[in-house]
Amino acid sequence: MTAPATVVEVKDFKPEVHSDWCPGCGDFGVLTALFQACAQLQIQPHNLMVISGIGCSSNLPGFIRSYGAHTLHGRLLPFATGCKLANQEMTIIGTGGDGDGYGIGLNHFIQAMRRNIDVTYIVMNNEIYGLTTGQVSPTSETGMKTKTSPHGNLEGMLNPMALALAAGCGFVARGFSSQIKHLVELYKAGIEHKGFALIDVFSPCVTFNKLNTYQYFKERIYKLEDEDHDTGSFHAAMDKALEWDPKIPIGLFYRNPDPRPPLDSLDPALTGQPLVHQDYTIDSETRGELIREFM
Amino acid sequence: MSEPEVIVGIGGAAGDGTASAGNTLVLSMARQGIAAYSYNSYQSVIRGGHSWLRLRFSAKKPLNHGDQVNVLIALNQDSLDRHLQELPPGGVCLYNGAKFQPSYDPPARVQLCGLPVPDLAPDSVRLPVMQNTVAVGAAVQMMGLGFETLAAVFETTFAKKPAVVQKNVEAARNGYDYAAKNFQPLATPLHPTDQKWAQSSGNDLLAMGAALAGCKFYAAYPMSPATHILEWFASHAKRLGICVRQVEDEISVVGMCIGANHMGVRGMCATSGGGFALMSEAIGMAAMYETPVVIINVMRAGPSTGVPTKTEQADLNQVFGASQGDFERVVIAPVSMGDCFVTPAVAFDVADKYQIPVVILADLLLCEGSETVATEVLDVEFPIDRGELITTADGSPDEPYLRYKDTPSGISPRAIPGLPEHLYVSGSDEHDEDGVLLSDVFTDPIRRKKMVDKRHRKMSTILRDLPAPMLEGPADAETTLLGWGSTWGVIKEAAERLTAEGVSVNHLQIKTMIPLHGDEIAAVVEQSQRLIIIENNQSGQFARHLRAETGIVAHGHIRKYDGEPFEPKHIVSAVNDIIGGQEVVDVLSTEPGFRTDHPTGTSGSWEGLNQVTRPGVPTKA
Ligand SMILES: Cc1ncc(C[n+]2csc(CCOP(=O)(O)OP(=O)(O)O)c2C)c(N)n1
Ligand code: SF4
Ligand SMILES: [Mg+2]
Repeated sequence: MTAPATVVEVKDFKPEVHSDWCPGCGDFGVLTALFQACAQLQIQPHNLMVISGIGCSSNLPGFIRSYGAHTLHGRLLPFATGCKLANQEMTIIGTGGDGDGYGIGLNHFIQAMRRNIDVTYIVMNNEIYGLTTGQVSPTSETGMKTKTSPHGNLEGMLNPMALALAAGCGFVARGFSSQIKHLVELYKAGIEHKGFALIDVFSPCVTFNKLNTYQYFKERIYKLEDEDHDTGSFHAAMDKALEWDPKIPIGLFYRNPDPRPPLDSLDPALTGQPLVHQDYTIDSETRGELIREFM
Repeated sequence: MSEPEVIVGIGGAAGDGTASAGNTLVLSMARQGIAAYSYNSYQSVIRGGHSWLRLRFSAKKPLNHGDQVNVLIALNQDSLDRHLQELPPGGVCLYNGAKFQPSYDPPARVQLCGLPVPDLAPDSVRLPVMQNTVAVGAAVQMMGLGFETLAAVFETTFAKKPAVVQKNVEAARNGYDYAAKNFQPLATPLHPTDQKWAQSSGNDLLAMGAALAGCKFYAAYPMSPATHILEWFASHAKRLGICVRQVEDEISVVGMCIGANHMGVRGMCATSGGGFALMSEAIGMAAMYETPVVIINVMRAGPSTGVPTKTEQADLNQVFGASQGDFERVVIAPVSMGDCFVTPAVAFDVADKYQIPVVILADLLLCEGSETVATEVLDVEFPIDRGELITTADGSPDEPYLRYKDTPSGISPRAIPGLPEHLYVSGSDEHDEDGVLLSDVFTDPIRRKKMVDKRHRKMSTILRDLPAPMLEGPADAETTLLGWGSTWGVIKEAAERLTAEGVSVNHLQIKTMIPLHGDEIAAVVEQSQRLIIIENNQSGQFARHLRAETGIVAHGHIRKYDGEPFEPKHIVSAVNDIIGGQEVVDVLSTEPGFRTDHPTGTSGSWEGLNQVTRPGVPTKA
C-alpha cells in the first residue's frame, strides 16, 4: 500500500503553486520551517496531511505538497480529529491563525487539548485579522488600535500559552517566524510528541499590524533554551506563560514528562489497523446477536 | 379490522416506571408472535409530569398507536383521573386499589379493576414499582394470554438478579390469578402466532442499519430525540469496532464526521433541529469537498428549543436551505421504523457514489416510538457500494491525478488520503480540477462555472438510485392522500378505513424529499381529482416544496402541530371535511387526558380551545 520509502528532501514538499502572502509576511518563515522539519523527520508527503481553517495563515496547505484540507473558519481541529481517528498512521498538522484558533474556534482548541488527539497545531499568531484586512483579534493587545478598535482595544488579551497549560496540553511551545532553525526544532519535537502539541508562532502581519512588528519581537523575545527552564515542570511553564512585556519567552514551555496516551491510541476501535483499512462488514452471526437483543 | 387488537395505555409520572412496564408487556407479546406499536407522550422532566404510553397489540402488525385506548393501567391518581373518562364500552381500568380511587363514575360498561397490590405484592410497600408488575400480570390475563412468556421476560430483563426475577414473577403471577378470579376478560382476546418479532425503536434501527451498512465512525452531542442513537453506538462500539465519540458541540460533530469520511471511512452523525442548525456551514463544505457524509436530523417540535419531547415535521425548510450557495444534497425521510433500518444503507451508498451530503430526516414519532419488526426484515446483508473510491495505488498513475476531474458524469474518482501519487488539497473555497483555489488570486469565471456545472451534473442520474414515491390503492381513485416520512402508517390505515366507508382514495407516500421524483408524483396526481397533503406542521412545508418543484397545487391540507402525532381518526374525519369543502384542516388532539392546568392557574379555561380556526385562511364553501 505504501511506496518504498525514498529519501525525502525539502524540494519534495515544494508545490508548483506559489504562496500568495504579502512580501515580508511572517507566514513564509512558518512554511519554510515546516518544509525543513518534515524533510528532517523523513515524512513521506503522502503520509502527511496539513489541515487549516480560514485566514491568510490558513492558506498554507495550498503551498505545501502533501495531502491537505482548507476547512472553515475556526473548524480545522474537529476535521483534523476526524482524520486522525480514521487513519492514525497519517501525520496530521493543523495550521491556522489567531482569529481562527483562539477566536471563532476557541472551544474546539480547548477540547482538542483536553481530548489529546495526536495533532500538531501551528498557530500563526499575528495578533490581528489579516485576511479580513485588519480587525482586532483575541490576542490583540489591550489598547491596540485597529479598524474595529479605532480608539484602542478595550478588551483583555488572550494568553494561549497559559490557556493551553490549563487545558491539559502535553506539549506547549512558542516560536518566532524569523528564527527558522529554532522553529524547525520546535516543530520536530511537536510532531514527535505523542498527543496534542501546540506551537504558537509570532508571525508578523506586515500589512495590518503596525504594533507587533519584527522589531517589536526582536526587542523583547528571549529563548527558554538559553535559560535554566525546566520544561517538565507545569508550574515553571505557567510562570513563563504569564511573562509578557518587557520580555517575552519563546521556546518549549512544557512537555509533560508523564503524558496521557493520545485518544487515537486509546479508542478500542483503533487498536490494530487504522479504521480506514479495517473490514467494515458485520458477519451474519453478529447480526443475529444484534437482532436477538431486540427479542 | 378483522384481527382482534388491544390498545393499552399506561399513565404515570416520570419515574413511575411507565416505560419499563410497557417494555415488559411488549416483549412478552412479541415473543408470542403478537405485533406491537408503541408511542409515549411525555415531557422534558426527569421526575413528575405525565407520561402517557400507548401500546397497540395485534396479530396484524399495527402501523400506528391507534385511536382509543381500551385497557388503562393507571400508575397514579392523576392518570386515573385523566384517562378513565376516555375508555370506550368494554374497556378496562387497572389501578392499585389500595392507593388510588376513581374520582368520578366510569363511562358506561367500563370495568373498574382495583388491584389489592399490598396483598398481591408485599414488597410494594418498599418498592412502589411492584404495582406495575401486578398490573401487567393482570392485563396479560385479561387479554387472554398464558403466563409463561411473561415470566420468561422477567428472566431476561433481570438476568443478573435472580432474586428480583423471583419477586417480579410472583407479583405478576398474583396479579394474573387475581384477574382470573375477579375480572371479566376482554371480549376480543389476542392469539399467539408463529411470527418472530424484534422489538425496537427507530433510533435503534437507524443505528443498527448504519452499522450493518459499514458505518465505522459515529460522533454526536446529546440532543433529544436523537440521543439514543449515540447510546446504541456507544454500547456496541467495542464489539463492532466502531469509533464512537461524544464531542463538544454539533459543529465539531459534523466536522469530525466529514474528516473521517474524507479519509475513506463511512461516518455518520445525528442530532435534532438545533444541532442541525449548528452543522449547516459544514454541510456546504462537504458538498464543496465532494466528501460524502450522512447526517440524521430527528425532528422535534420547534422553533428554537421548542417542545423537546414532542413530534413535528417542520425542519424540511431547514434541511432544504441549510448552508449558503447552490449545491447538491439528498434528503431522505424514512416512512416507518422498519424503514429506518434500511435507510442508512441507501444514504451511505448514495453519499459515496455521488460524493455529497445526505440527510436522513426522521422525527420523534419514528425514533422514540417502537414497533415490532419481522426478524427476516432485519436479517439481511446490505450490498455496500462505495462508488468510485480509489483505495490502493500501484505505481504511478498514467497522468497526474486530478481529485476534481471534470468527467462526463460529474463524478470524479476519489482517492483516499495516504496513497502515493494522489496528493491533493481539498478547499472549502472554489477550486479547479486539481484542487488549486480559484478564489483568491485567480477568479476565473469560466473555470468557476465549469466546476459548479461539474458538481451539478452528478444530480442528473441520482433519482434512479433513490426510493420512488409509493402509491397504494387504486390508481384511478377520486382523492389522493399524500404524506411524507413518518405519517405513512397512519395515513395507510386511514385510507383503508375511508375505502371501507366507500370513499374513493389512494395514498402516495414520499420518502425522497430532495431531489423530488416530480414526474412520478405528477403522473399519480393527474389521475385523481383531488390532492390532499397531510403533514405534521403548521405551514405546509412540503406543500410549498411540491408546488415549487412541480407546480402542483393541492386542493386540501391536513396539518397538525400540537406536538402529538396524527391518529387514524383524525385523518378520516379531516378528509371528509375537505371533501365537504374545507381547504385546510388543523387537527388538534383534544382528549381530556392531554389537558394540564398550568401550576400557576393562569392558563384559563379549556372551553373553546379545541375550536381553533386558522385566522386569515379562507374556507371553501
Ligand atoms: C464563519 C466565518 N466568519 C467570518 C469569516 C471571515 N473571516 C475570514 S478569515 C477571518 C479572520 C482571519 O484571522 P486569523 O485567523 O487571525 O488569520 P490571519 O488572516 O490573520 O492569518 C475572518 C473573520 C469567515 N470566513 N467565516
Ligand atoms: S495581510 Fe498580513 S497576514 Fe495576510 S498575507 Fe499580508 S502580511 Fe500576511
Ligand atoms: Mg491573525
